[in-house]
Amino acid sequence: MIPDQIEIVLMMALTAVACSLLGVFLVLKRMALLSDAIGHVLLLGIVVAFLITGSLRSFSLVLGAALSGLALTAVVELLSRSRLVKEDAAIGLAFPALFALGILLASLYCRNTHLDIDRVFFGIPELAPLQRLDIGVYDMGMLSRWVMTGMVLINGLFVVLFFKELKITTFDAPLAATLGFMPLLLHYVLLGLVSLTAVTAFEAVGPVLVVAYMIVPPATAYLLTDRLGRMLWLSALIGAIGATIGTLIAQELDINMAGSVATMLGLMFAATFIAAPERGLVVQVVRRMRQRQDFFGLMVLIHLLQHEGTAEEANESREAGLHEHLGWRPGDVRAIVHRVERRDWVVVNDGLLKLTDAGRNRARQALEGTRAYTEASAPSPGITHA
Amino acid sequence: MLRLIDNSTLQTVALGTGALGIVSGALGSFAVLRRQSLLGDALSHAALPGIAIAFLLFGKAPLLFLVGAALAGWLATLLVMQIIRFSRIPFDTALGGSLAVFFGFGLVLMTYIRRNNIRGASEVGLERYLYGQAATMLSADLYAIAILGGFCVFMLLLFWKEMKLLSFDPAFAASIGYPIRRLDMLLTALLVVAIVIGLQSVGVVLMSALIVAPAAAARQWTHRLGVMVALAAGFGAVSGIAGTVVSDQLSAPGRVVPTGPTIVLVAVGLVVVSFMNRLLRSRPSANASLEQGPA
Repeated sequence: MIPDQIEIVLMMALTAVACSLLGVFLVLKRMALLSDAIGHVLLLGIVVAFLITGSLRSFSLVLGAALSGLALTAVVELLSRSRLVKEDAAIGLAFPALFALGILLASLYCRNTHLDIDRVFFGIPELAPLQRLDIGVYDMGMLSRWVMTGMVLINGLFVVLFFKELKITTFDAPLAATLGFMPLLLHYVLLGLVSLTAVTAFEAVGPVLVVAYMIVPPATAYLLTDRLGRMLWLSALIGAIGATIGTLIAQELDINMAGSVATMLGLMFAATFIAAPERGLVVQVVRRMRQRQDFFGLMVLIHLLQHEGTAEEANESREAGLHEHLGWRPGDVRAIVHRVERRDWVVVNDGLLKLTDAGRNRARQALEGTRAYTEASAPSPGITHA
Repeated sequence: MLRLIDNSTLQTVALGTGALGIVSGALGSFAVLRRQSLLGDALSHAALPGIAIAFLLFGKAPLLFLVGAALAGWLATLLVMQIIRFSRIPFDTALGGSLAVFFGFGLVLMTYIRRNNIRGASEVGLERYLYGQAATMLSADLYAIAILGGFCVFMLLLFWKEMKLLSFDPAFAASIGYPIRRLDMLLTALLVVAIVIGLQSVGVVLMSALIVAPAAAARQWTHRLGVMVALAAGFGAVSGIAGTVVSDQLSAPGRVVPTGPTIVLVAVGLVVVSFMNRLLRSRPSANASLEQGPA
């Protein structure tokens, strides 16, 4: 018998894993906003199915909601293909409209039932332990936990079994079509699973935040790797960690769990965005600064090479006046000269800069490089030389 | 309808939502033409933590809520832009992700405020910012909408020529020396104001629809910008007033029908009618001219 609190943490983590496995493909296929759409339309599907069947726990309800998600994506596609509005406006219209209808129906007909507006908005995982899975006389634990375990298994199997197909349709749909992989079928299976996952996650997440579970962990993983397989397990891991920490904090402070998990996932993304090893902000800024300094150093070398052995050398190659010749601020010169000096490209003798052999070679090599580049990109070198 | 004439509270509310519809319709036209409909979605969702933080800092002060909401929305769009600029994350992921994270953080703050009943939160009713409760609108709120909305419309008319050029041919505008970065910022700022003044009556989740729907409907009737903006403002006003009256009619003791969804559904109804009309009267030649919409 596991305590309720831990079972909730487990359920939230499983939800995050199930969501982020599919989310990887939504991010890569530029369909992130579809998960937002599906989250919103599920509300309508659930309310309508509830009004028809009168129960919140039936298979037809889950199926109906999942179908409504698929129907919505078809509507958005039709609307933007009809050219009445642009795609962004089609998405911006369809979601809120269906969501508004869902809220209105819920507030009209579902007051004082299981389906009130707060629950619809927030998702209330705190209530999940009340639903148990009983096998015979044995209490197997929270129903949602088993449902989400099933969802993780289904999505995991889907991703593993169809890894090759998913990979090729994601990165090169036309090729996949010519090879006979049926990208459209796979596309709709993927969307169907997204809907199904969103329905089963509804209790834990609520409709508005599904998009956070689906796409923030994959986006974080996308900053860390170039390989699809690695991106999949990384996003699952990130989702699980974020959900666990977020839920524990929410339990401690008694705040909304889904929101807390979304915040935690956002923070993890922010940290990765700033500090990722190859693509992080810090690395990029450092790299840019280094390139800048390298370039300035090269400018100094080429400047010295041009004036080497000429009459103006004593004037042009003096550190004190260098900023005027190169159009820099006076303060910047020292650091750059120090840099090329440390690489043994230049020796400074009483304020006068002299190229070393290595420095001369470096400058020539750079000039060769630019010359080769301009010649390669010139339209017809024959005429320019004539 | 009779209650609209007798009931002064309802009059206030209908006036407020009507004015709101005018402002969001007019500014929404530019958002739709510039393909920034989803920016409105991000802005309005992201406003939630701004409202909560303003409440935590200053207590009950609706005007400061607006400032907080605007700042949070602005911060979210800034983040989206920086994420696209400094990484290979695609735009839709950046937008959807920051929208959801901001909204989630907003929910966290709201539940924290409510559970701990900070500054008498239970009486202030921050929840109404989620899906809108126009019935709580006071005449002070009406003045705020009128002043801020009037300012937006005034700025729009003042910079009409510039905005028109910016929406249809920004490259040309730049080449003849208009400061398009600043104009772009101005237009986005006006959009932020339009969204923020609607949060109380329509709510953060649905406010984006009030930006998009009237404009999308108006676009179906005309190819002229002036006519489109005027029509969108009119559609917005009709949605606001009709939505308010309908939600008031549907509400009964013990059953509060939120105003936001009702307003949005009226606006969407107008969109559907406009689409149908467009489809019914469209001929091949008309279709050809439709496809060259503004870039």
